[in-house]
Amino acid sequence: MTIFSPQTEGEIVDAVQWALSENAPVEVIGHGSKRLLGRPLQTEHTIALSSYSGVTLYEPDELVLSAKAGTPIAELESLLAANGQAFQFEPMDYGPLLAQPSGKGSLGGLLATNLCGPRRLKYGSARDHVLGVRVVSGRGELFKSGGRVVKNVTGYDLSKGMASSWGTLGIATEITVKVLPAPETETTLVVRGLTDDEAARAMAMAMGSSGEVASAAHLPANVAPRVIEGQLTGEAATLLRLEGFAPSVNDRAIMLKGLLASAGTIHEISRKTSRRLWREVRDVIPFADGTERPVWRVSMVPMEAYKLVASLRMGAAVDAFYDWQGGLVWLRMEGEPEAEAVRALIRKYGGGHATLVRASVSVRAALPVFEPQPAPLAALSKRLKQQFDPSGILNPGRMVAGV
Amino acid sequence: MSGLLMPKADDATMARREAIIAALKTIVPGEGVVDATNAMRVFESDALTAYRQLPLVVVLPQTVAQVSQVLKYCHENNVKVVPRGSGTSLSGGALPLEDAVLLVMSRFNQILEIDYPNRVAVVQPGVTNLGITKAVEHEGFYYAPDPSSQIACSIGGNVAENSGGVHCLKYGLTANNVLGLEMVLISGEVIRLGGKHLDTEGYDLLGLMTGSEGLLGVVTEVTVRILQKPTTARALMVGFPTSEQAGKCVADIIAAGIIPGGMEMMDRPAIHAAEDFVHAGYPLEVEALLIIELDGPSVEVDHLINMVETIARENGASTCVVSQNEEERMVFWAGRKAAFPAVGRISPDYLCMDGTIPRKELPKVLAGMRRLSETYGLRVANVFHAGDGNLHPLILYDANVPEELAKAEAFGADILRLCVEVGGVLTGEHGVGVEKRDLMPVMFNDVDLNQQIRVKCAFDEKHLLNPGKVFPQLHRCAELGRMHVHRGKLPFPDIPRF
Repeated sequence: MTIFSPQTEGEIVDAVQWALSENAPVEVIGHGSKRLLGRPLQTEHTIALSSYSGVTLYEPDELVLSAKAGTPIAELESLLAANGQAFQFEPMDYGPLLAQPSGKGSLGGLLATNLCGPRRLKYGSARDHVLGVRVVSGRGELFKSGGRVVKNVTGYDLSKGMASSWGTLGIATEITVKVLPAPETETTLVVRGLTDDEAARAMAMAMGSSGEVASAAHLPANVAPRVIEGQLTGEAATLLRLEGFAPSVNDRAIMLKGLLASAGTIHEISRKTSRRLWREVRDVIPFADGTERPVWRVSMVPMEAYKLVASLRMGAAVDAFYDWQGGLVWLRMEGEPEAEAVRALIRKYGGGHATLVRASVSVRAALPVFEPQPAPLAALSKRLKQQFDPSGILNPGRMVAGV
Repeated sequence: MSGLLMPKADDATMARREAIIAALKTIVPGEGVVDATNAMRVFESDALTAYRQLPLVVVLPQTVAQVSQVLKYCHENNVKVVPRGSGTSLSGGALPLEDAVLLVMSRFNQILEIDYPNRVAVVQPGVTNLGITKAVEHEGFYYAPDPSSQIACSIGGNVAENSGGVHCLKYGLTANNVLGLEMVLISGEVIRLGGKHLDTEGYDLLGLMTGSEGLLGVVTEVTVRILQKPTTARALMVGFPTSEQAGKCVADIIAAGIIPGGMEMMDRPAIHAAEDFVHAGYPLEVEALLIIELDGPSVEVDHLINMVETIARENGASTCVVSQNEEERMVFWAGRKAAFPAVGRISPDYLCMDGTIPRKELPKVLAGMRRLSETYGLRVANVFHAGDGNLHPLILYDANVPEELAKAEAFGADILRLCVEVGGVLTGEHGVGVEKRDLMPVMFNDVDLNQQIRVKCAFDEKHLLNPGKVFPQLHRCAELGRMHVHRGKLPFPDIPRF
């Protein structure tokens, strides 16, 4: 068993070349924070990018940052915060949910798993903010794509191609991302006592208004007490986050309170607690229970998603809460993952996809962790993998057996 | 064609023309196949009018099944296909080939679904960009990306080119506003990527498709995000004695945490041309003019207008006017929006270039352009999407003067080389097409380009879709499949091993 810890881009190329010459599949990791996600690997060797770390370019006025793949996200977020900026897509931290330490993810992993957070609706995910990449392909070749400017249509967007590829196409060595000003302030409106379907309608109304809501989530009554130290105990809590310059936030809060007056009682959570609340929603704190009980991450059409939960509840014990205007469902199963039931219901209610983000190793090895694809799409994905990694040496089977 | 080398027409295909037409007529009956020379003339170029070529035959399918059958037929019979939307490409992306079927998607012009609670619209690819906004604006919604050709360009073409517009720093490009696609591969297989929900599992093929210039597949349905229209928009018109000061003003606005809805810059020649044309009241003594638009709730817009005005004055603005009503805002924009035709009035012909640079490099690039302008003896006017660094130099020339087009093209190529040299890129929003195809090696080496072509190989191994575009040379997929591994040596003799 060999662990490569390359210090330079040249050493990353060498490590892949070695794996090719030995025909030895390798696991590619940063700091290993997402090893419990996806399908378990059984490779003998590992390429760890944790030592390939550091910011290579940061120009706040130009809204651009480049760093080596092993750079910790936490380090980048501190640097940005010191300059009044942020990753607007708010990358989540899987640590708490997986009973792992917080703040361990790297920039490479952020792109490879296409992280995002509660602002997904308004600002997108990692793939919407990546501007350029340098990559060592599974052929052991170093290539670049994209650049450091926002507006660029020169050639295929291989930077996006690396997003959500889970290290199976190539090893991104250096990544350039768009960074943006952090909002001056934020506040959260909380509507109490709504059922899941009432909440879906209220969130749709708020998101479709001129209130410029940055995030909309719904915590049913049994989940609401599990955030911000029980401050939302009692009834279900539907959360609407407003961000920006103070006069604008105040004005929009007043407008939205008027718009939603008939929906239920509304109170406001101020800046500091609001930030904490959304971080906890982002990191799935309500299900961070230290167990391996199966947790699904489901993306559906917002106005359909609550129907999935209602249907599941008729046959199995499940716990659920919603982000992204209701379209992102975090589902914790009390027993079996019920993969086929969950996926059949998603197809029934408008389509989407489900990822089994937490389960024991044996379950993740046996079940399709990611949403199975129709045959022509699966074949195309396989062809793409072959074009980047013809020998199948990079994270083989991390997403799907054979890819 | 001026110096543009397209793939050599395949004699065998040309010889089979009648058989191909007959086959297509069985797939798309009625008016859907156009093969008479006169009728095909309207399709012989796109908006890059310097290049013209009649296609082998034009086919206008009406159903997904027809698109699938046409592509399957062409795939099985090794016939090339050039897809086309509204034909507004500025880079020759839809330029026909002599031996290729031109697949025109304009009959796919229906809006299939508008879903306000989920804020999405599902449309066919031939619907115009503005057509989407028109369909939802009575409910206060719009589709955000707004390329200047939005009245004519199709959403399918926007996907192919990853179109931007003046508002993309704040609202994103096409790639950030498209949620799903239905598309047909050259094999005829129909696949769906994404949908009304967010994100896809597996590889981001949606991201690869967006901006792929018709080389990977043919889009037959697009699901887009629609947004609530901002309640207020106000603009400032700010003149500066130097472009350095204007550039510093833009940087300071962003440093203050403000992302304007739009932020446009014009240089002196562009200001004069525009003012002479539309009389927008632009100051004529300044070297650089900024038009800065703030949008959102009125309280926010008023707050930000004050901040921006202060920043502008601190940076030495010689004029600074704030729009007081919608009419004034439109007048500020009128000159900028008419900049291209305005330049068209002062010169028989012009070439519109499209590089992007890191904003801070603007003074250097403008100075470089002035030098080049003298060297080539051709005038240049500049409009600049200042927020995102996208530069549109307009090179003035006269096509009736022998060699002047070639000279203008050489000037343009030098400008793009300069853009790349300062850390920018060859094209910000117009696409590579045929126009910038041969400049790709300025930005990418062989390894970079070969990996891009390998993506093409995964979608279209025979290189039948839109060949001759984007890549200076299309290597055969089999040739690219070979591996070059230097075997035997274990790297890192000195690193710790476990």
